[in-house]
Formats: sequence, C-alpha cells, structure tokens
Amino acid sequence: MNGAAIEFRNVSYAFSPGHELLTGLNLQVQRGDTLVLLGRSGSGKTTTLKLINHLVAPTQGEVHVEGRATTAWDPIRLRRGIGYVIQDAGLFPHFTVERNIGLVPTIEEWPAERIRRRVADLLSLVGLDAGLARRYPRELSGGQRQRVGVARALAADPPILLMDEPFGALDAITRAELQREFLSLQKRLQKTVVFVTHDLREALLLGTRIALMETGRLVATLAPREFVGSGDPLIKQYLDAFGAAPLASADRGIA
Amino acid sequence: MNVFQFIVQNRGEVVGLTLEHLWMVAASTLLAVVIGLPLGVLITRWPRLNKPVLGSANIIQTIPSLALFGFLLPVPWIGARAERLAIVALTLYALLPLIRNTYAGIKGVDASVLEAGRAMGMTNRQLLFQVELPLALGVIIAGVRVATVISVGVATIAAAIGAGGLGEYIFRGIGMVNNQLILAGAIPAALLALLADVSLGWVEKRLSPS
Repeated sequence: MNGAAIEFRNVSYAFSPGHELLTGLNLQVQRGDTLVLLGRSGSGKTTTLKLINHLVAPTQGEVHVEGRATTAWDPIRLRRGIGYVIQDAGLFPHFTVERNIGLVPTIEEWPAERIRRRVADLLSLVGLDAGLARRYPRELSGGQRQRVGVARALAADPPILLMDEPFGALDAITRAELQREFLSLQKRLQKTVVFVTHDLREALLLGTRIALMETGRLVATLAPREFVGSGDPLIKQYLDAFGAAPLASADRGIA
Repeated sequence: MNVFQFIVQNRGEVVGLTLEHLWMVAASTLLAVVIGLPLGVLITRWPRLNKPVLGSANIIQTIPSLALFGFLLPVPWIGARAERLAIVALTLYALLPLIRNTYAGIKGVDASVLEAGRAMGMTNRQLLFQVELPLALGVIIAGVRVATVISVGVATIAAAIGAGGLGEYIFRGIGMVNNQLILAGAIPAALLALLADVSLGWVEKRLSPS
C-alpha cells in the first residue's frame, strides 16, 4: 500500500462508446491534502469526483482508494467511508436536521444514544444551534442547509471527504464565511479532501493542491503558489479572467 | 313520495346496499394497492417493463365496465360469485392510477437527494423504503384517491351482474322508469364518492412532504 489516499491510474470514462468525458487521468491525492479540481463546466470535475466513491465506474484504468481499486471494494462499504457534500446539499426533505446528520450512523446501526451525542457534537462543530436539530431542511437558510450537509458528511468520521461545489449556490458573504470555517475545520480534522469548483479564488484559498481540468483531461496539478506563477497559457487565461484579486488570496492562503 | 322519504323509509336496505358498495370499493382498492404499488416500483427498476405494464393497465382502463364484467363471467372461480367478480373487475380498473402514480411519484424524487443517499452508502432497499417511497407517498395517495372515486362509480354497474351495492336501486329504477328509485341509489353513491375524495385528499395533504 502506497501513501496516496486516492490514486487515479490512467482512468478514462465514456458515457457511451465514443463519448468520452475523461481521458487518461493520472492523479494522486495524499492523505490530509485538499485537492481542488478546477475547471469549467463539462471539464470532467464532477465525473472525477464520482469515480472516487464509485457512483461512476471507470471505462478504462483503475481508481484506488486506500490502496484498493474501487471496483474491488464493496460499493456500500466504500461510500460509508467517504463523506459527500453537493451544491444544493441534497438533504432529505422528509428528515429532520437530526436524522439527516445521523443518517450514516443510523444505517451503520450505532446505538441511538451515541448517534444523538454525535449529532449534537457535529451541530456545534459546523456552528449550528442545537435547537435546529428538530427542524426540517425547508425551514433553514441556504447557508444553514449547507452546514448540515457538511455535518452529515462528517457524521461517521470518514477519512475522505468529497465536495462538489458545496458553496456554489450561496451568496458571497455566506460563502466567504463557510470557506473560512472550512479552512479552520480542515486544520483540525486533517481529512483527505477532494473539492470541485470553477472559482479560481476558492481554489487558491482552500486547496493545498490544484488540479486544472479542461475537456476531460488533466492540464496540471500545482500548489497554489506555483499555479499563480505558472506560465501555462490556459492557467494565464484563468488568472486573467479572475483579475488580480486571486493573487492576494493566494498569498493569504499560503501565509 | 320524494327520494328522501324513500331513503328514510327503507333505511335498513339503503344502509345494507351502501355497506355492500363500500365493501366492494374498499376490497378492490386494497387489492389494487397490494398489486399496483410493487408493479409501480418494479417499472422504476426495470424501465424495459414500463411500456408493457403501463400499456396493459391502460388497455384495461379502456374496456367498458359492463363489457369487463361480461368477459370475466365465464372465468372459473372469478365468475363463480358475482361479488367476487365485481371486486376483481374493480381492482383491474384501479390498477392504472396506482401503478402510474407510484411510478411518477418515485421518478419525481429529486435526483440530488437520491444521489446523496447513494453516495452515503445507502443500499437500494434503504433508498426505496427510507427515501423514495416516503417522498412519493403524497403522489401515491393521490392515485389511491383517483382509483377510489372511479371505483365508487363503476361499482354501481356491478349490480347488473347481481353483485349488489347501490347500483341495485339504479337498475331497478331504470327498469321501473322510476326516477326516485334511481336517485335513491345515485345520491348515496355520489356522497360516498365525495366522502372518499375529501378524506383521502386530507390524508394526501398530511402525508405530502414539504
């Protein structure tokens, strides 16, 4: 078993024959890293993410999680060890906040008392009032729902966390707040995180490494500082599109 | 003598026929749920079965009720008792709204919710019973409601094959050219349909998420 928590070995994925969404992907995510998959819509970021928890199976090549190919894992076991957060949170509308957060512990058949305590811990971890436990998702704000989504993903303390544009639908202020909290949370928890975004600022702020994708191919994997200093024409295009502002946030992220 | 006096004078018989009617409707709707709900779930899992199943239920729906009663008459066991035959026919009619609504209800569940469930390691069974069916329940109950209301109407025709129910009065009234008698069957039947509609509508509202 090597040191990488997640490894893509020459992975291709075609939705149907001749319709390739990912081509020859080689990528490693080290334990405790936050790898940001950056790219525009349709570049294959989300597909890459779904290959990790086997929501999508590779057409060619292998994806290894904790040293074992996803095709060799029992998909149910694999997924229960990987937290998953998506853009609109994907909370169960008919479950209370408490049941949403406690979902994986419940299907893992933890004792009720342990689930209750875990949910209470998680609510405070993501900065939510304990009184929200009995509420339904529709009674929450977008930011609160997203916090519940993060808490739910962390419930069974999985070593790996997959996040698909988790803050994409939030207003700028709430997004900045959640990004800050993500950083402090990640500092404490040291999860292996794969984070999908099309926002360069977010990528530079949150990522320890940034993997730039374009039309189903990996262009480069760089640390934020290297990314900002890169001479690659495509990367330059990104930096230009987002103006000078990200440079500042890159400095902040590294310092 | 007006229709209400008639009903009051013959209240024993009216109640008896109403109960017969109610029994046929309740038994057939229950049977339709027991058969239609799993079929509706099945066609969400095997889309290939979608067309044949919904198509068959659709064709049954187009058979005139009197003809369906007639077709079932020579069938062994089913045709042996009029009441049994009526319940089978009513069940067949109730299948379409049940299968269709179960299918539509499950298909209508938000894809991101399902994906989240699957990504968290829920099994297909857990997804079905904890996510899909609870979220589809409102739409399924709406199907039960439609089926019940249709059933109350169609069940009046069951009297033509001697299955009893409120249709007795209607057919007797037609035979005797007596409008009062027809109304004595039609009014309780209409009230029954209304009652079923309102009460199941209430249940539907209570069970619909969000």
